[in-house]
Amino acid sequence: MERSRLIRTMESILGPEGVIHEREQLRTYECDGLMNYRVIPDLVVLPESAEQVQKVVRVCHEEGIPFVARGSGTGLSGGALPVEKGILIVLSRMRRILEVDLENERVVVEPGVINLWVTQAVSDEGYFYAPDPSSQLVSSIGGNCSENSGGVHCLKYGFTTNHITGAEVVLPDGEMVHLGGGKAPDEPGYDLLGAFVGSEGTLGIATKITLRVVRQPEAIRTLIAAFEDTEKAGGAVSGIIGSGCVPAGIEMMDSLCLEAVEAAVHPNYPECGALLLVELDGPEAEVESQFEQVKRICEENGSSEIRVARDDEERALFWKGRKAAFAAMGRISNDYYVQDGVIPRTELPEVLKKISDLSSEYGLRVANVFHAGDGNLHPLVLYDGEEQAGRAEELAGEIIRVCLEHGGSLSGEHGIGEDKKKYMPEMFTAEDLDVMQLLRCAFDPHHLCNPGKVFPTPRLCGERPGPFRMHPLQEAGLAEMF
Amino acid sequence: MQTRDLSLEQLQNVVGGEHAREATRQDAVDGVVPSFVARPGSVEEISELMRLASGAGAAVVPRGAGTKMHLGNPPHRAEVIVDMTRMDRVLEHAAADQVLRVQAGVKLDELQEELAASNQMLAIDPPERGATIGGVVAANASGPLRLRYGTIRDLIIGIRVVLSDGTVAKAGGKVVKNVAGYDLSKLFTGSLGTLGVIAEANFRLHPIPEVARTVTVAVEDAGGAAGAARAVARSQIVPSAVELLWDGDRREISVLLESIPGGIGAKVETARFLLRPFGEVREEEGRVLPEMEPAEVELKVNAPPAELSGVIESVTGAAERRGLEVSLRGHAASGVTFAAVSGGGEEDISDLIAELREIRSRRGGSVVLTRAPVGLKRRAEVWGYAGDAFELMRRVKEKFDPPGTMSPGRFVGGI
Repeated sequence: MERSRLIRTMESILGPEGVIHEREQLRTYECDGLMNYRVIPDLVVLPESAEQVQKVVRVCHEEGIPFVARGSGTGLSGGALPVEKGILIVLSRMRRILEVDLENERVVVEPGVINLWVTQAVSDEGYFYAPDPSSQLVSSIGGNCSENSGGVHCLKYGFTTNHITGAEVVLPDGEMVHLGGGKAPDEPGYDLLGAFVGSEGTLGIATKITLRVVRQPEAIRTLIAAFEDTEKAGGAVSGIIGSGCVPAGIEMMDSLCLEAVEAAVHPNYPECGALLLVELDGPEAEVESQFEQVKRICEENGSSEIRVARDDEERALFWKGRKAAFAAMGRISNDYYVQDGVIPRTELPEVLKKISDLSSEYGLRVANVFHAGDGNLHPLVLYDGEEQAGRAEELAGEIIRVCLEHGGSLSGEHGIGEDKKKYMPEMFTAEDLDVMQLLRCAFDPHHLCNPGKVFPTPRLCGERPGPFRMHPLQEAGLAEMF
Repeated sequence: MQTRDLSLEQLQNVVGGEHAREATRQDAVDGVVPSFVARPGSVEEISELMRLASGAGAAVVPRGAGTKMHLGNPPHRAEVIVDMTRMDRVLEHAAADQVLRVQAGVKLDELQEELAASNQMLAIDPPERGATIGGVVAANASGPLRLRYGTIRDLIIGIRVVLSDGTVAKAGGKVVKNVAGYDLSKLFTGSLGTLGVIAEANFRLHPIPEVARTVTVAVEDAGGAAGAARAVARSQIVPSAVELLWDGDRREISVLLESIPGGIGAKVETARFLLRPFGEVREEEGRVLPEMEPAEVELKVNAPPAELSGVIESVTGAAERRGLEVSLRGHAASGVTFAAVSGGGEEDISDLIAELREIRSRRGGSVVLTRAPVGLKRRAEVWGYAGDAFELMRRVKEKFDPPGTMSPGRFVGGI
């Protein structure tokens, strides 16, 4: 379809204020939270209802126009990077909380609703929404759903996928389906909701999402413990987990990270080589007893100083430093590159040693901040300007390989998106990736929905994976697959 | 599709002479007697079996210990049972990382015993004894602990499967937190052998709570049961399970509380206080939850948890009107109620199911006929899925299993 006609078609669906087509305005949407990649979309549309989303997608389906859904655009893997000649469907105008049903511990929202609003909507009545990515002040539930966002409390409470119980989804052909039981459990049929959450916007667009909210704990106790180095702090983490308690969160920061955080938000952390932040929550008596044990374990592992948050204000200050860690890097470096690798927790000392060796080898500093409880590392590769960017990315790639060598994963919460798809063949075999794409082909046979993301080699859906059978033409040297 | 050219000898060539045999009536799946039973010893052997079977147009039904073979529609066809019980190795138990990798034929009971030596458990407690892990995943089996720990989908972190064309693929990994690639572990959870054979699965583990106590209240009526369940579920004592028993004169809500020695007293105290308004309260050491005796006909009613009293009243009322007897067990705070139905004919029971499904279609949820004679299954349809994603499910099935080799007909809508 000619661009001017497409604009008119979209305007007829969304009204003129729902369509952005001026180049300068389109620029606002050229990247998401990962600014290394930029693509200017052909059009941006801002639907206000599921019906509008459905109509837009139908046009895309009929005309063969690729589209990408975007929430608040805070993603860190380029998952909401627009595609050229494609439409960017921005869901931030769909931000109504549709229903709060605490009798069933559910909240139903539109995808543009901000993560923190969910907790705010139920906190007076003693509930909260557990997945709390550091971006929770701005990131949207739709985006969280796409990425299966984690957060600092997910070791105990689980990830986004454990808290979404239903979704209304516009499929890439414009059909609307309802996945998951919503308020009722164990819906018969395939768990397509489980497959949809975390599919990075490649299987459809969620237009309504049912969330599970959780009763607030009776007691919360938070401490920070200073250690000489990350190895000693890592020992304490293993000790705490091994003791049988499941903390609400365990975070670790190394000295470089602490330096940046101190300069940025002045949390007044103790000076040390590694800092642990440990939070326990639950029934009062249980938490009290386990908290004493945690303190003891930190001491036994050589903690030089332990501070216990005296009140909510001090707890907030402890967390402020941690949550500001990425942003604080600006204080000590012009540019940085974030990784999101995961390792089995026990591999931590060895992996950190290797990261430090790589850092010296490349002559680039690496600051480490991580969700130590679940082994999710966020090494921040610091660099300065364009000429170092390539080397920084290379170093980041080496770090991810170390994670994989130690039995880990490419990503714990940021997603694969555009940024990490090239590493997928290092974690998965060609067969693994082909089988994943069978699911893609069932949802999006024409590859219109966020195409080019997650998988390094998009598979054409007519093909069958499986034992290799050579086509006669190929055998004769007359044709090539793909 | 007709079965051509599939002989016992071919299967024996793959798995070894002693591991393939002719099937007997005991191997029947809802009345359909297969031709052969093959017990693969490796992923490669499964792959080889699948290629052989699908190449010959034979239908394959994977089976673990066979404790859940009563679940599902009668299969359209079933020529080969792929019996997974030989693949019973724990591949890796990384105790300090609290993760586990197992072959699908590992028995859950035995696994729990082994894990207990490290004070850990796989936090799932389905009622069937002797079930294999693969079966638990395929049937999405769960028990009372789901209130605290979720169901298998919340515990599984990786999977290795074999498709009908022999393709071997994995998804996920062995770390608790992982968003790389599609979450096929969840797709295969509850797929009842219709997408492929589950060969291996990885899980996150939990520490075993040090002490357990059960506080039970005898309630007067359905409203009392719902009130008691709600009071505990909405408290801050983090109950591990809230169970319903509704059997003749025994009408109870039991609350399982788990903690450390220093924490259990306060939980019990609070639970007793919360339950007292609803009836007489008793307290027992350890886990003492109502168990369900297998009945000839069992229904599973899935409903929003707040509708517990409505579920109890509608099931008992609809049964009474038809002269049927029912006893109920349920995960009261999770919205799952099981009904054992006896007396009456197939027509009465099938009417009962239709009535309950009609209610759920208006109020949310579903009614699954989890155990029944074949005649009733044909009359009432097992799954009762009434959602709008069926067409999508059918496309998923077609992509994963184009020739329709895997447990044809067993799943929703005859998938």
